[in-house]
Amino acid sequence: MTVLRGGTVGLVLMAVACAPSDRSPLVPGGSIAAGRAAVQQFSCGTCHAIRGVPGAVGQIGPPLTGIVHRTLIAGEIPNSPGNLAGWIRNPQAYEPRTAMPNLGVSDSAARDMVAFLYSLH
Amino acid sequence: MSRLRRLCLVVLVATACHAPMSVVAAAGPVARSLSHLTWVLIVASAVVFGVVVVLMWAAVMRRPTTDAAVDLTPRSARIPIVGGAIIPAVILLALFLVSVLSERQYPVETRVSAQVFTVIGHQWWWEIHTADSGAAFANELHVPVGQVIEVRLLSADVIHSFWMPTLHGKIDLIPGDTNRIRLIADKPGVYRGQCAEYCGLQHANMAFTVVADAPDTYLRWLASQQQNAAPPADSLQRAGAALVTAGRCAVCHTIRGTPARGMVGPDLTHVGSRLTLAAGTLPNNAAAMEAWITNAPSLKPGTGMPALPQFSGMELRAMTAYLEGLH
Repeated sequence: MTVLRGGTVGLVLMAVACAPSDRSPLVPGGSIAAGRAAVQQFSCGTCHAIRGVPGAVGQIGPPLTGIVHRTLIAGEIPNSPGNLAGWIRNPQAYEPRTAMPNLGVSDSAARDMVAFLYSLH
Repeated sequence: MSRLRRLCLVVLVATACHAPMSVVAAAGPVARSLSHLTWVLIVASAVVFGVVVVLMWAAVMRRPTTDAAVDLTPRSARIPIVGGAIIPAVILLALFLVSVLSERQYPVETRVSAQVFTVIGHQWWWEIHTADSGAAFANELHVPVGQVIEVRLLSADVIHSFWMPTLHGKIDLIPGDTNRIRLIADKPGVYRGQCAEYCGLQHANMAFTVVADAPDTYLRWLASQQQNAAPPADSLQRAGAALVTAGRCAVCHTIRGTPARGMVGPDLTHVGSRLTLAAGTLPNNAAAMEAWITNAPSLKPGTGMPALPQFSGMELRAMTAYLEGLH
């Protein structure tokens, strides 16, 4: 019985140790899991192809997989967590002619979305 | 026992609560009788399966006998007749009777007056009309809780099937014929349905939503749907309205109260009030609307809606602002 219980504890510990961390190393305070959920909720995938998001095969805007490696957002803004979150929240503030709509994304949801997108290498 | 009960609970929760189209999460009397029938069939099948397994196990474990000891008396020859024909026939007949009885519980009697909706299946969306008003909807039906609803089902092209397991069983939409079902939603809620007869490339993206509301909420919704389209509220929406009602969109879509009188695609008079776009393919929000306008075939290959790459980002935003404002 003790052996069984010890084994169970060990398995749980192994599972916890192997699970990827939800905290983003690049975006302070950003949750990767919450960002993945927000990306689905706001249906980013209708316009953007995003690896790891079911149905996110959009061909209207640029693919977002690997966006962490790009220098510029929308071809004009330096790619930083703050700028990307700002772009997600209000794209027209940076580029008035963009088709990307302002979807009323909250500050924290935008930060989580950046954390998730920056985790896709 | 408690572990078994917990397992049953987990299975029930998994099937009933997290599945939007579960046959065991009935929200009306018709679906409830079907749900009971489902359980009867599952339990009966499980019992029969268990008995057969036990008998096979007993046969395999039986001590071998010599050839001379094989019993060939008429009494023993009766075993395959009783076990292989009579008992299965009795069980199947009993299940048939249960099935017929549960179908008789459908509230199909025509003496009760009902709110009538006509649903026309298209590849791949649902056109919906009320019998007594000019309002036309698409892919979303609102019904008053506790009242008898009659749905008349037609098809504009191929055979479709209207399936909403929380409210009713499947019923086909046959070209050239009209099928009728009667149903009651007795719990307010949002229920998902799906075409259940393979109808072509986008059969899987041919869903619909039924919203069951309190009767007064329903009447308010119906009154608002019967009105003409709301006029544009600001300059962005005005620019969008000009593009939508006088441009390519008007060739296929109707927006009542505007020059847009097309009859090919869904009526858009109140498109902003709907929960989904393109028959459940996308949630209804500005991003999905823009994506759908500019490149619908990339999202639903085969759709009648063409790609419209001629619109600029600002034009797309204006059209979306106008359409999303049509509540």
